[in-house]
Amino acid sequence: MPLIGQQTWQFDSKPVLLGTGTIVGPKEGKGPLGMDFDEINEDPYFGQESWEKAERRFLESAVEIALRKANVNREQVDVLFAGDLLNQIISANFAARTMAVPFLGLFGACSTSMEGLALAAMTVDAGFAAHAVAATASHNSTAERQFRYPTEYGGQKPPSAQCTVTGGAAALVGKNGPGPRLTHATIGKVVDLGIKSPFEMGAAMAPAAADTIVRHFRDTGRTPDDYDLIVTGDLSRVGLPLATELIEEQGIFLGDKFKDCGILIFDPDQAEVFSGGSGCACCGVVTYGHLLRRMQQGELERILVCATGALLSPLSTQQGESIPCVAHAVVMERGSEG
Amino acid sequence: MLVSVKAKRGLQISSEYQKRAKELTPRRPVVGNAIRAFLVGGLICELGQFIQQFFIAYFGFNEKNAGNPTVAVLIFISTLLTGLGVYDRIGQWAGAGSAVPVTGFANSMASAAIEHRSEGTVLGIGGQMFKIAGPVIVFGTVAAFVVGLVKQIFEMAAK
Repeated sequence: MPLIGQQTWQFDSKPVLLGTGTIVGPKEGKGPLGMDFDEINEDPYFGQESWEKAERRFLESAVEIALRKANVNREQVDVLFAGDLLNQIISANFAARTMAVPFLGLFGACSTSMEGLALAAMTVDAGFAAHAVAATASHNSTAERQFRYPTEYGGQKPPSAQCTVTGGAAALVGKNGPGPRLTHATIGKVVDLGIKSPFEMGAAMAPAAADTIVRHFRDTGRTPDDYDLIVTGDLSRVGLPLATELIEEQGIFLGDKFKDCGILIFDPDQAEVFSGGSGCACCGVVTYGHLLRRMQQGELERILVCATGALLSPLSTQQGESIPCVAHAVVMERGSEG
Repeated sequence: MLVSVKAKRGLQISSEYQKRAKELTPRRPVVGNAIRAFLVGGLICELGQFIQQFFIAYFGFNEKNAGNPTVAVLIFISTLLTGLGVYDRIGQWAGAGSAVPVTGFANSMASAAIEHRSEGTVLGIGGQMFKIAGPVIVFGTVAAFVVGLVKQIFEMAAK
């Protein structure tokens, strides 16, 4: 039975991450993980006339890199799962127009990277696709406009705010080949403990992450000892300790193995990163760039990546609603061939 | 039980979590922010005063009508700094210091105009330019009306 426990999918064929593509903007490139990304684009406009078009290009480029690295051409892609943060997920939709492959659009806010990867692994595992791509992108300036103020507006942000990562991340999943294997995915429930401020996303998302991670251990019967690293998407310096506490309340102790992509991607000394990175691309570029590299180097054998998404809209915030959040986790194991 | 189940059980645990989240959320450095706002806000006003004196001394304005060209110069500087991508950096450091003076108002309009340029001149720039500044004008006018009304009533009562 591929469903184990209540919310965890087990992929018996262990689909392979044939190739991944990561591309980031200049600020991320100057961060501590700058060397791990496939490409750094120093022009946040990506040669386009609007931020939205630039975000789209980040997504397209990430997919192009992933396909190129795996030596797979576009016609061989059976399905593309993609999403982003903009209204009507235009970055994903318009990138899919360029790519012209069968496409399913997703909205999971910043959990989209692992939502897409779980679905890609499931489709390949079930035999509906030989090659499935999961991709996502975010852009600091489009997110500012979508969720906050104009880019050049001089409003002051509190220290609990987060900095949306500019970048694109894509993963090509296939049946066989060298590369890390995807063994399980735990699909999260929407959790909302009543945090309302959009400047406190880390605190809002922590309960969803804790819920999914605890559920993963319960469903699989595994313990933190089975993993070398457990990472969340973008809980930031506020959300990570909160999630740690919530998980410890359930008797699970993660210790030093528990990290957050939003904290890893920026140096706290960088200008205006506040409590850490966020955005769809955050979890994607750190996982596919940094973590998989460490896995290939043999530092990590098995990791659990739990992408966290805040499912708010500017409208719901203005109407005084709290922030529903979701988190999806995927298990990656080092493949036999490296 | 898991967190989501807890949440459903009632508001108590969720308010417990909100309390804990508040404890772990770094606070805005209010005192530091106030000092920075005082310094930058004061500096901008100082600059305004300097410009005003300049117009009085060299261009034959008097104290009353020197205000208009002074504000125009401040707005120009603010808009230029917004266009050069500097004003938002100042704003992050100075907070209310750069938001409250007329320069902050100019920044809110210029930044919205730049941002929405991609949606066209009429509906983009024209339609969105007052996105942030609009409420200030609306409630500024309402406040002025109320204050004027109160003043009028008191004056009539005094007679």
